[in-house]
Amino acid sequence: MINFNFLKYRKIYYFLSTILFAGSIVSLVVFGLKAGIDLTGGSILEIEFEAERPANSITREKLSGLDLGEFSVQPAGEKGMILRMKELSEEEHQKVLEQLKEYQIKELRFESIGPTISSELRRKTKSVIILATLAIALYITVAFGKVARPINSWQLGVISLFSLLHDILIPLGILAIFGHFYGAQFTIPVIVALLTILGYSINNTVVTFDRIRENASRKDLADFGQVVNDSLNQTLGRQLGTSLTTLFPLIFIFFLGGETLKYFSLVLIFGIICGVYSSLFLVAPILFDWIKRKKII
Amino acid sequence: MLQTKKSYIAITTILVLTFFAANFVYPKFLKLLPEVPFKLGLDLQGGTHLIYQADLTNIEEAERGEAMEGLKDVIEKRVNLFGVSEPVVQIQGEKLIVEMAGVIDPAEAIKQIGKTPFLEFREQKENYQEIVEKNKKTLEAGGTEKDLEDPFQPTQLNGRYLKNAAVVFSQVTSLPQISLEFNEEGAKLFEELTAKNVGKSLAIYLDGTPISAPVVQEKISGGKAQITGKFTLQEAKDLARNLNAGALPVPISLISQETVGPILGKISLEKSLKAGFYGFLTVILFMILVYRLPGLIASLALAIYVIFVLSLFKIISVTLTLAGIAGFILSIGMAVDANVLIFSRMREELREGKNFSQSVEEGFKRAWPSIRDGNLTTLLVAAILFSVGTSFIKGFALTLSIGILVSMFSAIAVTRNFLKSFEGTRLEKIKWLW
Repeated sequence: MINFNFLKYRKIYYFLSTILFAGSIVSLVVFGLKAGIDLTGGSILEIEFEAERPANSITREKLSGLDLGEFSVQPAGEKGMILRMKELSEEEHQKVLEQLKEYQIKELRFESIGPTISSELRRKTKSVIILATLAIALYITVAFGKVARPINSWQLGVISLFSLLHDILIPLGILAIFGHFYGAQFTIPVIVALLTILGYSINNTVVTFDRIRENASRKDLADFGQVVNDSLNQTLGRQLGTSLTTLFPLIFIFFLGGETLKYFSLVLIFGIICGVYSSLFLVAPILFDWIKRKKII
Repeated sequence: MLQTKKSYIAITTILVLTFFAANFVYPKFLKLLPEVPFKLGLDLQGGTHLIYQADLTNIEEAERGEAMEGLKDVIEKRVNLFGVSEPVVQIQGEKLIVEMAGVIDPAEAIKQIGKTPFLEFREQKENYQEIVEKNKKTLEAGGTEKDLEDPFQPTQLNGRYLKNAAVVFSQVTSLPQISLEFNEEGAKLFEELTAKNVGKSLAIYLDGTPISAPVVQEKISGGKAQITGKFTLQEAKDLARNLNAGALPVPISLISQETVGPILGKISLEKSLKAGFYGFLTVILFMILVYRLPGLIASLALAIYVIFVLSLFKIISVTLTLAGIAGFILSIGMAVDANVLIFSRMREELREGKNFSQSVEEGFKRAWPSIRDGNLTTLLVAAILFSVGTSFIKGFALTLSIGILVSMFSAIAVTRNFLKSFEGTRLEKIKWLW
């Protein structure tokens, strides 16, 4: 049986999380998130060069004569290239292809989303986010409805919400970094990944708190620190086991899956890592410190 | 012992079910069950998804529904001409959604859908003979059709004056022809045109391409004409239908286009299947290494789980998209969760000195609330995603929910019965296995 003194090193966890949390905020402020065309409207063209892929600057120059709005050129894979442009009509789309014809391109994918559709997608996504957040909040209220002293149910609620924020913000910060260097975008799939993290992470937190409640009702409350440590050690196997089995397939999706699922899986990977980290190293120590400070014990 | 016997019966039932489900998923092996293919989304098989906005400003409020229906009919007719399997044309408010799988040339499809078949009659230019001679020479000199000059010039008569088009058969050659009937105005134009061109040829053009150029024998009144071209019966039928369909009842504009080439679709499918396969293998490896015999049981349960989910996808005909496959792969990891919870609890009970059957029973009982609650949160989020989401979100939420529901079944029915079947065997005594 593993017996790790979780609480002993809690200053280190707090420090690490503070750094990551602050770093994410800085990265979000400095780099910002680049919204995908599914949220803003615009077009995306993925092509593959049969011959050698020309440099980005050459492609840019080739297309400079066309009115494509503010467009970006980004290499993809070995021979591919992704162009992001304003919304294009079919004629404009064909003109773009015509300009690049000499490089023997093959069109892999073209997507053009007009303002009507993107605003509809935005509206739907917004209601999904609001409803999912409400549902999670409701779940927290129900899940922690009954607790025995010295724990207060609202304490558990506040800590859970904080850990959710932690688990969402850090992947977002990482996405912003990837956005700056690799052109990762904030798209509907990314939002879905974030919402999935919400459901997943609250789960881990509930498992931790459930164990603490269970043990607190059985054991002598005089040593709440021991109760917390025991609970964390008991749930350690489950928390690691579950998150690892979920992470394995996601890592394969990230490396082997195509462009569409790349950042979806990236966000999920970091969200799940944060989720298991906060359920093992953050929520219980915070609860411990909170209760200790109030001198309830 | 009675318990063990019961679990043997349950296991046998599960294995038989799995056998049939596996055959259903992969029918090439034994061909016991009818072959049902997986339904793949456009992003995996390649295809075009178009959204058109209909301009209904000139249509009365009450007649808008009807106008959209009419529009749908016309578009449907045109889409059907591409010969893609199961094209979808849907009305969504004032929008029309067209989905075609595996269209080779989406640009051409877009052109065909948005166009009005344009029929026109052209007469010979002044210097008709000269141009024909010149064209002949160009061709002899190795020129292509592009270099030729059209010897005909447009007239006022075109498809706008058409009342009806039908397929008839020539009494002489019994080949299919198109008979045209003009409206009053068209009939008058046609009469004038034929009167002017007796002895000359009058060409019939469709979308800028000459179809036939019969020589006018005499003035034709009454507004009836025939197009004799080299039509197959199908071509003649399609043409007549297109001519009758004529202009779209309301103007439309393309507001969104999503085209995935068949190559990319295939690559995406292969890539995601590969990711799923390796993910599955790693999970199994991990489970066996960490949980030993129970891990092996869980792996078996996981394999059964995958087979059941895949056959469910076929039975309820879930359209698999990239998002859907992602949801499914994610659910593989989550499906193991229930097993991990049961085994962790079981180990604890064994360590506390309980005997095997007590530990299985207790471990299961104690893990169940966590399994239920844990899956509930994910299901809750998935349900919300499914009810209000966009198509990507829906695909993901659907397969994830199916996966979670089946995983609960596999934890209750499969893992539990497998574990119980070890009760009273020699294996249960070997502590390091558990």
